[in-house]
Amino acid sequence: MTAALMLELRDVGKSFELHHQHGARLDVLRGLDLRLHAGECVVLSGPSGAGKSTLLRVIYANYRASFGAVHVRHAGRWLDLARAMPHEVLDVRRHTLGYVSQFLRVIPRVPALDIVAEPLLQAGMDEREARQRAGNLLHRLNVPERLWLLPPGTFSGGEQQRVNIARGLIVRRPILLLDEPTASLDAANRDVVAQLLAEARADGSAVLGIFHDEDMRDRVATRLFLMQALEAA
Amino acid sequence: MSALLQVRGLGRRYGQRIGCEDVSFDLHPGELLCIVGESGSGKSTLLNTVAAQQAPSSGSVRYRQRGGGWLELGALGEADRRRLAREEWGFVTQNPRDGLRLNVSAGANVAERLMALGMRNYSQLRGIARGWLERVEIDPARIDDAPTSFSGGMQQRLQIARTLVTQPRLVFMDEPTAGLDVSVQARILDLLRRLVNELGLAAVMVTHDLAVARLLAARTLVMQGGRVVETGLTDQILDDPQHPYTQLLVSSVLTT
Repeated sequence: MTAALMLELRDVGKSFELHHQHGARLDVLRGLDLRLHAGECVVLSGPSGAGKSTLLRVIYANYRASFGAVHVRHAGRWLDLARAMPHEVLDVRRHTLGYVSQFLRVIPRVPALDIVAEPLLQAGMDEREARQRAGNLLHRLNVPERLWLLPPGTFSGGEQQRVNIARGLIVRRPILLLDEPTASLDAANRDVVAQLLAEARADGSAVLGIFHDEDMRDRVATRLFLMQALEAA
Repeated sequence: MSALLQVRGLGRRYGQRIGCEDVSFDLHPGELLCIVGESGSGKSTLLNTVAAQQAPSSGSVRYRQRGGGWLELGALGEADRRRLAREEWGFVTQNPRDGLRLNVSAGANVAERLMALGMRNYSQLRGIARGWLERVEIDPARIDDAPTSFSGGMQQRLQIARTLVTQPRLVFMDEPTAGLDVSVQARILDLLRRLVNELGLAAVMVTHDLAVARLLAARTLVMQGGRVVETGLTDQILDDPQHPYTQLLVSSVLTT
């Protein structure tokens, strides 16, 4: 049996028009096709400036595609995120599409445990169980319990990154986008993330990510997707 | 899902001067929409016109009532408008002194809107008021104190309690965190964020602060010179602004 297709990009392009830089136009992606199946982990590889992060953002739809289609399998049907209505995009993000960036967006006054538990609460889980699960995941990621009730604003880069990973992985979503989630982690914690990703894949999640660390890339990737910077227009 | 509010081609002029012009949007239950833009861009005019606090010069605002029927707000009489404001809506002003009654106690400020809905049992009213003071992190021991003895941040939290106690279906907020110290602002934002999630509030909020929009609103509408120049998901607007004015706004934010 072949694994289900979860995400299909067709002829995707992305340009930025910078109105206050003398109308400069940056072409970052052009004519890009990509297919992602359940259970695989595709790692984007290519030099800095090749548009890897831009591609993830176009898929997550916080960047708007300039051309092409971003088809996602969502709730049993296909939806083109490049043309979806705002409430459809939100629904896809809530249930289907997760995104872990390199940096945690800290919310003043909100403790680490609640930041991690929030996606579960939004999915309707009761507060006790959500907190319990958040604690378990933070524990697995070696975030010391004494930090759980503190807002992560003062945490180290690695600690913040682990809180961010926990938040991004706590709800099992069918498609996961990862933008260098292990950049500030030590070897032990990279191991934990690799295990978590393997578990997600075994559960049928499709993963698309950027990992600069070669060792990490070799461990998690089932396939590489090569990207090159477009020549200056 | 059916919209709660439908705004179509809405405009408000002051003589020749444009307050806002040709604004259209829908608001759905449970959705918080931010209106951003600099001073004089027409944000507050738009909010006040949508909230039927002033009559539109053109266009329409339709509101779906609790019973399910649509109301055309422009055609609404004063009595109906007051009934909506009392029973189904809430309004949080920038300056809490404009939204509070300063000569009655904190508890009475919270209870008053419930009494307007017909609740009369004193101990029940007091119990609810006490619960709401706790919810907005005001010591319930201050229930009999006048809001004039409160700090600005406390007054704003009291106004939020007074507004939300009736569980309105739709809340309008005009710069609720402007003019407060950043630490106080963080506390109010955290509070609003929790209440929005817990109560599933639908709200329209005016702010000039893009970080506030990022924190609270799934959707944002950018205004310049009375017109909407860009609209979309808040992270699209902030991460990938398209319009020259939005690009200028986003690039002008200081980051720490």
